Formats: sequence, structure tokens, C-alpha cells
Amino acid sequence: MEFKDYYKILGVARTASADELKRAYRKLARQYHPDVSKEADAETRFKEMKEAYEVLKDPEKRAAYDQLGSDWQSGQSFRPPPSRDAGFSAGAGGYRDAGEFSEFFETLFGGGRYAGGQADGRRGSFRTAGQPIEARISISIEDAYHGATRQLALQVPAIDATGQMRNQQRTLNVKIPRGVTAGQRIRLEGQGAPGFGGGPAGDLLLQVDFAPHAIYRAQGRDIYARVPVTPWEAALGRSVKVPTLGGWVELKLPTGVAARKSLRLKGRGLPGKTPGDQYVEVEIAVPSPISDQARQLYEQLEADNTTDLRADIKVSGQ
Amino acid sequence: MNTQRGLEGVLLDEELTFSFIQFCELCDMSPAIVIEMVQEGVMEPLGAGPDDWAFQGLELARARRAVRLMQDLELNWAGTALVLDLLEELERVSHQVPGKRP
Repeated sequence: MEFKDYYKILGVARTASADELKRAYRKLARQYHPDVSKEADAETRFKEMKEAYEVLKDPEKRAAYDQLGSDWQSGQSFRPPPSRDAGFSAGAGGYRDAGEFSEFFETLFGGGRYAGGQADGRRGSFRTAGQPIEARISISIEDAYHGATRQLALQVPAIDATGQMRNQQRTLNVKIPRGVTAGQRIRLEGQGAPGFGGGPAGDLLLQVDFAPHAIYRAQGRDIYARVPVTPWEAALGRSVKVPTLGGWVELKLPTGVAARKSLRLKGRGLPGKTPGDQYVEVEIAVPSPISDQARQLYEQLEADNTTDLRADIKVSGQ
Repeated sequence: MNTQRGLEGVLLDEELTFSFIQFCELCDMSPAIVIEMVQEGVMEPLGAGPDDWAFQGLELARARRAVRLMQDLELNWAGTALVLDLLEELERVSHQVPGKRP
């Protein structure tokens, strides 16, 4: 297993005081907490720093960890010393999610996961339900509209042959219900961490996210789509073909429709008890390249035009 | 590695509500913590007291997130509620930012 340099993870010196550790942890935690952070590796980084802080903030654990010496490098292959009596028992305390900490931690401080149960040998008499596990799945807006089955690979704690809780890779095929919206959770009963002593397994709570889409944005069940129209389609109020999740739809533009105006297509959003609407955001675009003939026509429009579209814009200081 | 076919879950949307006891079990939280969160304004179930409380499916995620943030960032409940409100606002706003052009 790999050695973990807890001081390096928190970016502090080996001589750091309790206050310095706390400051370093809090600052990093704000930056990398998976519920807040946009960093790609936030979850892994946060787990590491939580583990590091868990050890270093506790004087007993810190002393035991320091005994390993300062010659170890992060990532170096680590074998625990034969005698681990002084201080290492301090690990069996506190309650935390199964599989949360590294193998390195578990080896040094023992599996304190089910404190008061496993750790002190009362395993058989201890019955507890498994913990819920949270995971995310990214789907397309089309999947949400039609419903789909998507494959999901995740790390789920499982009890191995030696009775230890270890993370295992599991692949699930999950049905995405029609009309799911971004941020909603799907609850999969009994797909979380296993229970102990015959207790039931926890649930898997799957958060649905929508992958960015080239055409659509979703807000709740409403769908927004920007659709380019030509100046003459806008001016003359023509019918234009617009994309919806259910396929192409003819939309009659109001005569003289302005850019950025939203036109509602009732009930064309995501399905549900009250289906969402689709909003078509008109974007006036000029086709290019401009032919000589088109240029002449534009020039004629220019010559005939008497309206200053920018008359209301005020610029200060000039 | 083991693969299972077409698992069907329950969608926790605004139409699904849970009683206080169901909610505690689903969140894997003690009733005391849930009561504390309601008293501190972190959670706002419908109904007057624990016996009548109805929690929306969506609130399950909020509750679990609240406890994680409070513990991991060593916040108090008022700070936790503020962070949650700001995060939810940020998520709402980010949906309104236009994506790539069609």
C-alpha cells in the first residue's frame, strides 16, 4: 500500500500547531468540499485531506503517525512496522462512512467504521442497517424526455472474505424515469452499503445531472432553446421549423418579432403530471456570405430606414 | 464485479413526501438531528409538528448535504443554512446562463 504524507496533504510543516492544522484544513476544505467545489478531483482530494486532518488533529493518532518517522515519501510503498502497540489503537472510535478512508489509514488505525461493534469483538450481537450511498449520473436531456436505461459504475462498500469492509467496483443498469429533472434523486432501495449482523443494506441515492446540450437548457421541466431566424423571417412573421424534444415543430413568429424574445410552446418541455413548456428564444442572424444581389437589397433597406434602434442608449462621460 | 439488469428506482420529486420517521430513516439520521435542522431553519417541512411534518423528496438531498457541510467545514447551523441557500441559488442561476449556440 502507499504511504500517505498527511502533512504534505494539508500543506503544513511537521511542526505545525493544532491551530495551524485547523486553519490549513478549513481553507482546503472550503476549496475542495465536493458539495461546493467545481474542481474535477475535488472528491478524491477532499477525502485525503479529511483523513489527514482526522489523524493530525488527534494528539494520540498524530503521535503514533509521527513514530513512523519523517523519511517516508508520499506514494512510497509502505509496510506497517511489526509492533504497533503505542497509540495506534486510538483509531477505533468515531463513526464514519464505510470505505471512506484509505487502506493506509485502516492498517494503521484499524477499522473504526462500526465503532462499538466490530472493533471490540461484539460483532455478532450488533445489528445495523447499511449506510445510504450517494452517487451522480449524468444523462442527456433527451434521456430525461424519453426515459432510458443507463449504465453506472460505482465504488460500493462490500464485506470481503475476511469480514472487512472494502470498496468494490459495481456496475448497475439503472432505469432513468421519463420526466426526471436535473438535481432530482432516484432512490434505489438496498443498493447502498451492506448492513451488519443481518441488518438491511442501505439505499443508493442517485443524483441526476444533465450533460450540457448544444440546443437545449433545462430549468425544472421547462426547456429553453435558442433558435436563429433571419431578419426577414422575423420582420414578416414567418413560420419556422424549431427543434423540440419531441421532434420538429412549426412555429409562427409574430410579425416583427424582436431578438431575444421568448416564445412559449406549451407542454413541449419535459413530461410530468404538469408537463413543462418549451421556450424558443429568437436569435436574429444574418446569413453569410452575402451575395451581391442581397447586398443591393440590404443597401436599399438601409437607405429607406428612418428608425434609430440605438436612440435610447445613453453613454455617460462623452 | 457484478452487473444487474434494469434496476428501477423511485424518483424523489416534489410530488413524493415523507413523514418525519420515514425521512429520518431515508437520510440515515437521528430524529434529534432532523428536529434540530428544522428548528434552526435548515429544513422546512410542511405541517406544525413532528407528527404532521411532511418532507418533500427533494429535501432528502438538502438534509444530507447539510450534515456533510456542517461536519466537514465545522459550521454552525446558521452558516450551513446560508451555504445551502447560496448553493441552491447558484444552481438555479447557472441553468439560466445560455449554453452553446445551436
